[in-house]
Amino acid sequence: MTFGELPQLAADVVQKALELGATDAECTIAEGDEFSANLRMGELETLKEAGSRGAGLRVLIGKRMGASYTSDLTKEGIARMVRSAIDLADVTTEDPHAGLPDPDELGSLQTDLKLYSDRTAELPTEERIVLAKRAEAAALETDPRITNSEGGSFDSSTSGRVFANSRGFLGSYRASYCSIAAVPVAMDNGMMERDYWFTIARDYSTLDSPESVGRKAAQRVLRRLGATKIETRKVPVIFEPRIARTLLGNIFEAVDGRSIYRNASFLAGKLGEKIASDQITLIDDGTIPGLFGSQPFDDEGVPTRRTPVIEKGVLKSYLLNTYTARKLGLKTTGNAARGITGNAGIGHGNFFLEAGVTSPEDMLKSVKNGFYVTELIGSAVNTVTGDYSRGAVGIWIRDGELAFPVSEVTIASTLQEMLNGIAAIGSDLEFHASVAAPTLMFGEMTVAGR
Amino acid sequence: MNFSETFFAARFGITRRDLESYLSEALNRGGDYADLYFEYLATSSISIDESIVKSASQGVSLGVGVRVISGERTGYAYSDDLSPEKIKKAAQVAALIASNPGKVDQVPLEEGPRRNLYPVLTAPSETAFAERVALAQRADIAARAYDPRVFQVQVSYADNLRQVMVATSDGVLNFDRQPLARMSVYVLAREANGVPQQGHAGGGGRHELSYFQTERTPEYFAREAARQAIVQLDAVEAPAGEQVVVLGPGWPGVLLHEAVGHGLEADFNRKGVSAYSGRIGQQVASPLCTIVDDGTIGGRRGSLNVDDEGNETQRNVLVENGILRGYLQDKLSSRITKSPLTGSGRRESYEHIPMPRMTNTFMLAGESEPEDIIKSVKKGLYCANFAGGQVDITSGNFVFSASESYLIEDGKLTRPVRNATLIGNGPEAMKHVSMVGHDLQLDEGIGVCGKEGQSVPVGVGIPTVRIDRMTVGGTA
Repeated sequence: MTFGELPQLAADVVQKALELGATDAECTIAEGDEFSANLRMGELETLKEAGSRGAGLRVLIGKRMGASYTSDLTKEGIARMVRSAIDLADVTTEDPHAGLPDPDELGSLQTDLKLYSDRTAELPTEERIVLAKRAEAAALETDPRITNSEGGSFDSSTSGRVFANSRGFLGSYRASYCSIAAVPVAMDNGMMERDYWFTIARDYSTLDSPESVGRKAAQRVLRRLGATKIETRKVPVIFEPRIARTLLGNIFEAVDGRSIYRNASFLAGKLGEKIASDQITLIDDGTIPGLFGSQPFDDEGVPTRRTPVIEKGVLKSYLLNTYTARKLGLKTTGNAARGITGNAGIGHGNFFLEAGVTSPEDMLKSVKNGFYVTELIGSAVNTVTGDYSRGAVGIWIRDGELAFPVSEVTIASTLQEMLNGIAAIGSDLEFHASVAAPTLMFGEMTVAGR
Repeated sequence: MNFSETFFAARFGITRRDLESYLSEALNRGGDYADLYFEYLATSSISIDESIVKSASQGVSLGVGVRVISGERTGYAYSDDLSPEKIKKAAQVAALIASNPGKVDQVPLEEGPRRNLYPVLTAPSETAFAERVALAQRADIAARAYDPRVFQVQVSYADNLRQVMVATSDGVLNFDRQPLARMSVYVLAREANGVPQQGHAGGGGRHELSYFQTERTPEYFAREAARQAIVQLDAVEAPAGEQVVVLGPGWPGVLLHEAVGHGLEADFNRKGVSAYSGRIGQQVASPLCTIVDDGTIGGRRGSLNVDDEGNETQRNVLVENGILRGYLQDKLSSRITKSPLTGSGRRESYEHIPMPRMTNTFMLAGESEPEDIIKSVKKGLYCANFAGGQVDITSGNFVFSASESYLIEDGKLTRPVRNATLIGNGPEAMKHVSMVGHDLQLDEGIGVCGKEGQSVPVGVGIPTVRIDRMTVGGTA
């Protein structure tokens, strides 16, 4: 069965569910092909290539739901899946807010989102391997202290998604991506460090050069060598963009409609209130062509859109699907997300913090004593209370300059204080993933070490 | 059992001869070794929120993964269609990794030894769905009844039944039927108009459904989750800086998983990128520490009859009286380094290449009285529960987040503290272990370990342990 035949299959599944007694039904079919090549120390290490597909169904019988999935798309496999979802609706309980989007909420963006490129799928295997090899080689050549490597890699995938529901929605789209990465290991005085860098694009012709990826990875690992622990203290802290992104991940969890209706977020009940420094404007936008968080409709068949979540420090919107919107007496924001079955959860489109006016260099210059964070590990971030504590690696800032590497420390504060205590926002916003942020500086956090 | 009665033969008509022909296709370009991993996975899940059964879901996925090893190279392909054409196609793609003129001889398939660490007649996923829903509902009721300050309860129940068959070009043929179930309860509590606090508990294993009626009831998990949330209502800010840390027994064994276990996986060590590389025979922990990884404990979440490369799991001593004894091997690392297999080759599914992984990782009991360990601390932190951890295996730095901990003042537990990250360096931190209790406990069976994008179920355990120096990431 080709991808072009899957929409009809999805529509048939919905029809079959209605015939067996469902009052509403939603069917998702997803397929994907993956490729990966890993090289280490110049030698090919693994080569993987394969594809798979699966179908999922969610039915409602009145206000009760049942869900099922299968990787067996034969007639018998599909029949078993439909029967199974119908049967399960018997064991769930009535949920007064369960239901599909209203018909006038359904739809798909008509613009070309540039999510798929044939060129990515057509790149010959040999060339892919060479790209990975060049990235690793560039890292290894940078400095004699780079003695080892976890490799260079090229990964790509093409995927397709189809969605149909019993309110008449039928849509599909395809997407592709490819990436090159390098993971060098550096050693000095018996201490070993590892870091990485990557480039990712929907169309391979827009990837950064493998050499630039290798060199960037090398610079990142070299600057970690010789790290020390420091005394516990409170200082200004700067997050480089890759780290600032993780803070957006925490905020996303706190504006997820499910956390809001359960009162399980420090932002619950704060709509319209000032919750952050007025320098902060945070946007969710699933409509930007070519970016990784874009798609023409969400996983309930509602068109994606641009939603300001925080505007000049004021909480403007939560991120909602149909269910959470009904629980809260609001409208869906087109943020439904799910695998291939079950109730929709919440996902984001391109979720980003608008760039500020300060260059990262000027930010550094403004700090007498502080901590520039280049990696975070662990996840003691409690979005119910806002408590924030994570393991950190980075560089100590002294008199406005990056002075020496620091590791085995933690940084701690609360999300409330961090949002309100933003001292500066960088001008360096770039989109390397569906979450993006510029360099961020916080007035004060606790850095715990010795 | 006759081959024709095994799951894949009976259900999909696969014969021994088929397996041999797929393997020979895989070795057609001159690979040194090939294997096939057949998987049929049936899963179910139930979720309760606001006392409503909001979701019930079930489904199946199946497929076969074909791997070819040529020297240090691995070729991998899979198919979610078990027709001979599709499996052959996958074998041809995986075979491309090799380009040797020589051909290895295929060893005739011989069925491996049989044992059953989880003799489950009826797997939970084979019971009536309504029975499982009723169990989950009991947890919801019990959590709400625990204390009037409990205001939100979510219960999730999930089980699966995995049928696997592994056939290799060096003659291994093995089958396994792997049941797994877990229940978890998440609770929010608050004082009138106060800040909500959360509690979380759960468990399970490779058991029949009756485990949740007799051994660990829904009420047990519900009360534990509610208790944790209520405790947090009085929590104060965690201290910042170096502290004496006492770990309670059980789940805090996640420390060993992060600080030691990952760094001993053979793939990292073969490549020389682990903080433990080249250190076998050296002192890497205090002499009080003996740490094992044991995949053979009956019914445990991390246990397996055979690993995902068809080899029997075993009890592996990683660290003995502080001395590093060995690494966890998969087939590839064992071939390259000429080390014996340890039964540690695992994968998330047929779509994934196996890697060396942990099973159940724990520290053996010592001799100290747990109370004496707490009494020995003038000022420090007692950690009863953790939310999870992470490690950078190259630098050896690891973290874990304490979800329930208390200040120790003058040898007594005093106030609960807010959740905080603890950070240390693997080989360093383990040298600071100065007391080990006699109260070894394994966790309740809820751990998931992630590595290079693959998740597998694991277990951990530890007795009460005193660590003289660790950095605590609080704000106070």
